[in-house]
Amino acid sequence: MSTALEQPKAQEKPNYLNAEYGWKSWLFTTDHKRIAVLYIISISVMFMLGGIFAMLIRLELLTPQGDLVNSDTYNKFFTMHGVVMVFFFLVPSIPATLGNFLVPMMIGAKDLAFPRINLLSWYIYIVGALFALAAIVMGGVDTGWTFYTPFSTTYSNTFVITAAVGVFIAGFSSILTGLNFIVTVHKMRAPGMTWGRLPLFVWANYATALIQVLGTPVVAITLALVGLERAFHIGIFDPAIGGDPILFQHMFWFYSHPAVYIMILPGMGVISEVVTCFSRKGVFGYPFIAGSSLGIAIIGFLVWGHHMFVTGMSTYAGLYFSLLTMLVAVPSAIKVFNWTATMFRGSISYETPMLYAFGFIGLFTIGGLTGLFLGTLGVDVHLTDTYFVVAHFHYVMVGGMVLAYLGGLHFWWPKITGKLYPDGWGKFSALLVFAGFNLTFFPQFITGYLGQPRRYHAYAPEFQVLNVMSTAGASVLGLGFLIPAIYLLMSLKSGKQAGDNPWGAKGLEWETASPPPTFNFDETPVVTEEAYAYAKHEEEPVG
Amino acid sequence: MDFPLWPEAASTVAGDVDNLYIYLVLVSAVMTLLIFLAVFVFAIKYRRRKADEVPAPIHGSLKLEITWSIIPFLVMLTFFWWGAKIFFLNATPPPDSMDVYAVGKQWMWKIQYPGGQREINELHVPVGRPVKVTVASEDVIHSFFIPAFRIKHDVVPGRYDTMWFTATKPGRYHIFCAEYCGTEHSGMVGWVTVMNPADYENWVSSGGISGSMAQQGERMFEQLGCSTCHLLDRQGRCPNLRGVYGSRVQLADGRTVVADDAYVRESILNPNAKIVQGYKPDVMPSFQGQVTEEQVLQLIVYVKSLAITGTPGATAAAPGGAGRRTTQPNGGNQ
Repeated sequence: MSTALEQPKAQEKPNYLNAEYGWKSWLFTTDHKRIAVLYIISISVMFMLGGIFAMLIRLELLTPQGDLVNSDTYNKFFTMHGVVMVFFFLVPSIPATLGNFLVPMMIGAKDLAFPRINLLSWYIYIVGALFALAAIVMGGVDTGWTFYTPFSTTYSNTFVITAAVGVFIAGFSSILTGLNFIVTVHKMRAPGMTWGRLPLFVWANYATALIQVLGTPVVAITLALVGLERAFHIGIFDPAIGGDPILFQHMFWFYSHPAVYIMILPGMGVISEVVTCFSRKGVFGYPFIAGSSLGIAIIGFLVWGHHMFVTGMSTYAGLYFSLLTMLVAVPSAIKVFNWTATMFRGSISYETPMLYAFGFIGLFTIGGLTGLFLGTLGVDVHLTDTYFVVAHFHYVMVGGMVLAYLGGLHFWWPKITGKLYPDGWGKFSALLVFAGFNLTFFPQFITGYLGQPRRYHAYAPEFQVLNVMSTAGASVLGLGFLIPAIYLLMSLKSGKQAGDNPWGAKGLEWETASPPPTFNFDETPVVTEEAYAYAKHEEEPVG
Repeated sequence: MDFPLWPEAASTVAGDVDNLYIYLVLVSAVMTLLIFLAVFVFAIKYRRRKADEVPAPIHGSLKLEITWSIIPFLVMLTFFWWGAKIFFLNATPPPDSMDVYAVGKQWMWKIQYPGGQREINELHVPVGRPVKVTVASEDVIHSFFIPAFRIKHDVVPGRYDTMWFTATKPGRYHIFCAEYCGTEHSGMVGWVTVMNPADYENWVSSGGISGSMAQQGERMFEQLGCSTCHLLDRQGRCPNLRGVYGSRVQLADGRTVVADDAYVRESILNPNAKIVQGYKPDVMPSFQGQVTEEQVLQLIVYVKSLAITGTPGATAAAPGGAGRRTTQPNGGNQ
């Protein structure tokens, strides 16, 4: 693997990490790379918090009786798990961290178009997260992350408004990041970096940014209305005061379905980069992978009703949403096929990031296909609101997104920190994550078809065996997440110098130093070749 | 230990749902295997053998892209088509269905039968006979889910929805609330007991009942003073309700609506919403908060009985008597 050219000892080349020291230099930075690091730290904290709630949920479900905590507490566990993971980890996960760090570098820019807005978006995220934390500390929320009305507006006695305000605020962080990316990709590409040469990670983040900008305001409005109804009894969603609870679901899913694409598209971008690098081969079907990101972003806005097939919506609306759901699966399938085809006649090596990419392809395939089960009307009637949905969602979000995030983090860790992590431990924990994940969530497809409803504190005894398997898997999975946290942190101190391009990867970010200088490149790069031109003979001089 | 991997199938639709599900599982398994196999074979076969090897790029193939877009989509269309057929079947209760009413309330299911029997978290039905369940909620959204029948419907406050099934196998099966509804959501469970027709008739006649649902509704109708205006009034302040149910009603604003369950419910709780032509608004007070959803259903069944016989309180509603109803529009719940 790495032909890590050890930098000479007198290495202290100026880079974004050693440019300035002290907490002010971090909290007032406008460097997209430092902001990305701030985000990595923040979302890691939130991920750990959400993970603790997940472990508590699985512990409770070890036995069918609700005996570990009482029902109210359990309901808060799954609500806080969902709110923290969805809004404070998954949505920002890749765009705000790897995207923030890499999008400017990949297009040969010095920074994002609006560096101060970028910092602002981190502060907004933190304020939102503080509200969510406050809601937890004050006593929690028990509405589920979906905030369904009229339960959330009239019946819940928990801190709904505090949590909703947190999500509302964090939404603006997402909007600003999206806005920044769109402008950056349009206006700040280096000479020669045409749209057809953009790395697929940039395409994926660009498509994501469109959804963030167009979709997030809708959930913000929806949650604001929930707050209004709850605080002032203005009848919007509660039928007892003249509202319509189904209206809430339309508004909520109009954002929250596209939001799952906010969560998964950047992960797909990571996989495109990793698969090409470790196959050392240009990507198969570039325009189709790039175009399918946009296709997903657009069609993703037209399928929200498939969350509502059993609400009593018109059967004809059901037909429409089911058909469009089948259609939105096509671009996802295209990506999977093209990644696989990219490996054909490649030169494949098995470093940690590639293992995560293998895992992603397999688990995302299962997650995507089981999505079709739920898009199929007659079957969804039975499956919706059961553990089948839980399993499907986690196959896409953990098996897909989290694996892509970990793969990406391992892929660009040398670039971000300048250090190498121990690859053996990396591989070991990647396998652990894969095994633990499947043991946790595969049994849930079965409990789902058996009929175990989700969000149940106590469940029928015949579901216990499968639930015990899930809980066992969750502890393996937890370990699989813990190990990378340890060795990655340790590598900061004791890791070997990575060198500029330890994987022999293509892309502008690999042509600059690791860690990169504050303005990314010593000279503005000029791009003369398509993305992933592995076969072109070694670096033409840049600039 | 009881450790099932497949749910019991006890309704006419369950077999079809299972078949479609198995079809989905098979297609998915084949797809997943193909992808796994391709990734696995490529990863082994094309593993890096020399540190400096650089394979030739393959830019893509339009033919392949079209193939692997179109063929999966066509397969998905078969999912869509089959699923839609089941969905439409689920949405259309047979005209000879017997009626049952289920009201969800944090955290229990209240079941009522036209014969007047009432139960909590228990539902008794005969084998082989279509049962139409009209669901309503007293508070938040619930969802009425019987896994063994493969059916589920959200129970949304402020409206009626209907679902139906024909049980095929005597036994006891779970009822779950499938939409999260607060503290004791996971305790909002019950049992449906499917009985042989003879046992069912025994069960129906053994209950000590205080009159059929229509008779219970009639008592409400008198207690609340509805009868003064709606049956006896000769001054024309309120529409006479005989024969109204199921008919088309001309409204003051020019619209015509069918007098179905939802219409009667709305007229009780929010009388000004739809004023019948020739009558004035603000004559009738709202009964919101004075009657429970169960009582509203009793009133509806009573009003329905007025339409069938024209005689107040006639025993129109022996269990399943609904079969004699004239072509009643399907609930108007869409």
